Amino acid sequence: MQHARKIGEPILTVEGVSLSFGGVRALQDVSFDVREHEIRAIIGPNGAGKSSMLNVINGVYHPQDGKITFAGKVRTDVDPHEAAERGIARTFQSLALFKGMSVLDNIMTGRNLKMRANLLLQALRIGPALREEIEHRAAVERIIDFLEIQAYRKTPVGRLPYGLQKRVDLARALALEPRVLLLDEPMAGMNVEEKQDMCRFILDVNDQFGTTIVLIEHDMSVVMDISDRVVVLDYGRKIADGTPDAVRSNQAVIDAYLGVSH
Amino acid sequence: MLKKNWPVVALIALLVAGLVAPLATGASPVGFYVEVLLGGLMTGVLYSLVALGFVLIFKASGVFNFAQGAMVLFAALAVARMAEVMPWWLAALLAVVIMVILAWLIERLVLRPLVNQEAIALLMATLGVTYFLDGFGQTVWGSDIYEINLGIAKEPVMILDTLFQGGILVNKEDFVAAIAAAALVAALALFFQKTPTGRALRAVADDHQAAQSIGIPLNRIWVIVWSVAGVVALVAGVIWGAKLGVQFSISQVALKALPVVILGGFTSVPGAIVGGLIIGVGEKMAEVFLGPVLVKAFDLAGGGIENWFAYMLALLFLLVRPEGLFGEKHIDRV
Repeated sequence: MQHARKIGEPILTVEGVSLSFGGVRALQDVSFDVREHEIRAIIGPNGAGKSSMLNVINGVYHPQDGKITFAGKVRTDVDPHEAAERGIARTFQSLALFKGMSVLDNIMTGRNLKMRANLLLQALRIGPALREEIEHRAAVERIIDFLEIQAYRKTPVGRLPYGLQKRVDLARALALEPRVLLLDEPMAGMNVEEKQDMCRFILDVNDQFGTTIVLIEHDMSVVMDISDRVVVLDYGRKIADGTPDAVRSNQAVIDAYLGVSH
Repeated sequence: MLKKNWPVVALIALLVAGLVAPLATGASPVGFYVEVLLGGLMTGVLYSLVALGFVLIFKASGVFNFAQGAMVLFAALAVARMAEVMPWWLAALLAVVIMVILAWLIERLVLRPLVNQEAIALLMATLGVTYFLDGFGQTVWGSDIYEINLGIAKEPVMILDTLFQGGILVNKEDFVAAIAAAALVAALALFFQKTPTGRALRAVADDHQAAQSIGIPLNRIWVIVWSVAGVVALVAGVIWGAKLGVQFSISQVALKALPVVILGGFTSVPGAIVGGLIIGVGEKMAEVFLGPVLVKAFDLAGGGIENWFAYMLALLFLLVRPEGLFGEKHIDRV
């Protein structure tokens, strides 16, 4: 097995990001960086601003303040599809799959960005368009093998159990061959076995493809096991940042999770 | 399953009974019956095409495009007037280009500024587009009745006269039109199922947010969808115009497509097609066979069932199956 994993320079830097919705301040002056090839977790209690942070990186929300640098370039406000073009893929906490389409078609949509043939050639399925379709289908088959969902290729996604749908969501994001993969609570609502499977897949993706992973998680224990570094948010502010061990023993984090006696 | 759906089953059974009654009771000669049926199917194909335009746009953008009928009129006018100075097929090709430009303009000037607004705001905007296109079309192309001549003989031909007495009179132009419409629908189905762009369109229809996150640009997809709807409108307009002449009343056909989409389901392409055929056949049958019976039984003044049959049927469907025959059942989380 080839090990692409070697933690490198920061690929994504967030500096002083603030985001508010009317009077609600979802994020206040948050800064952290994500190094290439690492698994970076963002954790925090409910309403800490984790999903908002992910949505800012992904381009769904545009922060009022702050600077985001991606792959060496300072980024002005982008739309999600532009973020995807630049190599940021994501999965969703509450599944956002194309329910009426088969598993295969769902994952194939992840390759759309890479398809260059024009509409007419596509429609006729000739020449470059056909070559392209075959080439991308092969790439998708590799992902299907990797995530062990061969048996469900043609099944409409809406009919799969939840754990498998989560896997299809991951597969679709992987099909983009992203540099940074954002995972929004990949283990939410799963049983212990499904969680273990998902952890294994996340580690394998990181290990074999060298994909940088930013993941949000509620379940502290899971995160501590698989992440290289952890950012902790509470009420929209960063309260800790460091290795899992350092974060675990941080008094502010313990207070945020367990509450403080007054 | 059957127990729960009995009102729908009963309604469909009633429709089928109505369909076979004239033959079963011997009220109509076979040849005449088939002619009425074919006439109904032909009208149905046109309803299907207009409804298809509605469904395409509704699926991809959640916008109920009131302007579909106006687009049919606009496209038909464009073809009719340009065909006066060039062959009709060249005029049709040019009209395709015009419809694509129109789609692009609508996306730029109407949809994009209103993105994330309430559905009602978008509906009102398409209502505005309707009146603009109706008026602007007549300003540019004129407001008389124009004809589109496809160079196909209009005289009816007698077929199957060895099979039944009297045979069946069919119009060759209708026949060609029906085949063209079927080919268009088949091509669209393949385009949607088999091409990457088709996949992207279906993806957008399913989930905007997820589609964007994998790099599908919504704006481009909307231009494509409105263009496809424009081309569908063009085909409907040419067929209609060739049959009845291009005139303002074409724009009103859109109103008949409303019951069609209610019947078939707002989100279903097969629904639009089946719904169109059911309503086309249903209203013709009702007009020709049910009308005289009602007139006699209740001593009424006249028929005119054709004008309200579609709406009655849609109303009944709304009562027993609001999501339509093939539509997705909407379940709200409470």
